[in-house]
Amino acid sequence: MSDFDIRYVARLARVALTPEEEKKLGNQLGLILGYIDQLKQVNVDGVEPLSHAVPLFNVTRPDIPAPSLDHEAALRNAPSKASGLFVVPKIVE
Amino acid sequence: MLHQLTLTDLTHRLARRECSAADALQSCLDQIQRVDGQLHAFLSWDEADARRQAEAADAALASGITHAERPLLGVPIALKDVFCHEGQPCGCSSRILQGFVSPYDATVVSRLKKAGAVVFGRLNMDEFAMGSSTENSAYGPTLNPWDTTRIPGGSSGGCAAAVAANECFAALGSDTGGSIRQPAALCGIVGMKPTYGLVSRFGLVAFASSLDQVGPFTKDVRDSARLLQVIAGPDSRDSTSIPSPVPDYLAGLGHGSLKGLRIGLPREYQVGGMDPEVSAAFQAALTQLTALGAELVEVSLPHTEYAAATYYIIAPAEASANLSRFDGVRYGLRVDGASPEEMNSRTRGTGFGPEVKRRIILGTYVLSSGYYDAFYVRAQKVRTLIRQDFLQAFQKVDAIVTPTTPTAAFRLGEKSDDPLQMYLSDIFTISCNLAGICGISIPCGLTATPRLPIGLQILAPPFGEATMYRVAHAYEQSTPWHRQQSPLS
Repeated sequence: MSDFDIRYVARLARVALTPEEEKKLGNQLGLILGYIDQLKQVNVDGVEPLSHAVPLFNVTRPDIPAPSLDHEAALRNAPSKASGLFVVPKIVE
Repeated sequence: MLHQLTLTDLTHRLARRECSAADALQSCLDQIQRVDGQLHAFLSWDEADARRQAEAADAALASGITHAERPLLGVPIALKDVFCHEGQPCGCSSRILQGFVSPYDATVVSRLKKAGAVVFGRLNMDEFAMGSSTENSAYGPTLNPWDTTRIPGGSSGGCAAAVAANECFAALGSDTGGSIRQPAALCGIVGMKPTYGLVSRFGLVAFASSLDQVGPFTKDVRDSARLLQVIAGPDSRDSTSIPSPVPDYLAGLGHGSLKGLRIGLPREYQVGGMDPEVSAAFQAALTQLTALGAELVEVSLPHTEYAAATYYIIAPAEASANLSRFDGVRYGLRVDGASPEEMNSRTRGTGFGPEVKRRIILGTYVLSSGYYDAFYVRAQKVRTLIRQDFLQAFQKVDAIVTPTTPTAAFRLGEKSDDPLQMYLSDIFTISCNLAGICGISIPCGLTATPRLPIGLQILAPPFGEATMYRVAHAYEQSTPWHRQQSPLS
């Protein structure tokens, strides 16, 4: 796959790679992409895509309020929190 | 020794008050102490919490509660490190979830507890269930109790090794492309993947949501049916859970005869690269199934050769979306950065191991603009064809049999540098997930030197678990393989 740009895709995926990882993963993914390319041989004309194997659609629960995870429990695993909120690096200058 | 009993035999002893739940737990803890240093099946266990549960089970037994009411009362059962268990760590064998403590119970965990099980221990796995050898764990590999120079299979290698070594009476794992059946085969025990939608995925950390199912690892087929009975059934917290009643699997095990059943042999599974001893064991199993009264019928699954390629588009695509939640904000590891994007990327670059990065990047690529139709949508269409192959075959036969894996357990490190070869070790198991049908692996032989287990896979139509168990049970009870014990048992 000559047009596979590991740096571009890793950026889309928000995964920082070292130069060594870029090289190794890039080579391995090239082989894997070569393998999956064989799907181009299958005739799929008129075939509907299958997103999952269960014939259920638009499943909703009854519209009745019920308790959900409480605030403190939801924050308990946060790597950084303050004033009952998750803390992230500054987004707007 | 209590730890060597099956789950069913343990419940009989507990019911007759010949032993206590505390004794059963102690026997497991002693066995872990004795062998887990060689296996590394367990990542951690909370002994005090387990003892409290065992005491509660003993109190319930003393008050007259029976196993008819709580079928797993007093039985120690361990979990793959992929389930939320309230107040306990859950890490998916990944650095990115180091220190995470589950705020609630997965539905399967609450059903185990309700059935009276002593739920304890986190079992090692390939990071985020991505792998076939348990070598992708951030905490080091698990080893095979039959030969500790070899892998136990994966991704649920810890589950398979722990049950094969009698460190627990049963375990729950997850299967996205073979992650229950393949390690069960390589460790010589019973591993079962239910039909998609039969068991709730609520509280199971998602890998590929359209393929993931939870299932049991057990010492025999009866135990498997018993455990599935507890965890199966509708759950309003999983929108893909099928709202139908669960049949009585134990009642359906039958009495040994397979007369009147038609069993399919897919002609496309006679592939090159199959080990001659695996092939011979499989042929012997076919002879045995015929002796039990089944009629063997050749069937065709014409899109088999495309299953691995289809799987390695769909599973990474779904994984790349599911794993976007590990962003350093709400839980798990954070590596600081000047901007949110830098923080996200550094966190994920540091927290994920190589296989998880490979799959996230592959999945991101096949979903990216310009490639989505060529890869992802095309794979979904081939998935339709694969499912149709099976549904057509199941109009002619009640079940399909294949070897579970093309070879017995391979050596540590043998395939870890060659991801494509590793992916192809799942060649017989992945179609089942793509098609959404059910499957089980049961022991069907041992290689000569070294002695390594070989697995027989039985596949059945959607919600055909009762037929699958009937075939598995009849075969198992007429052969000696499930009684073979690993050297570390």
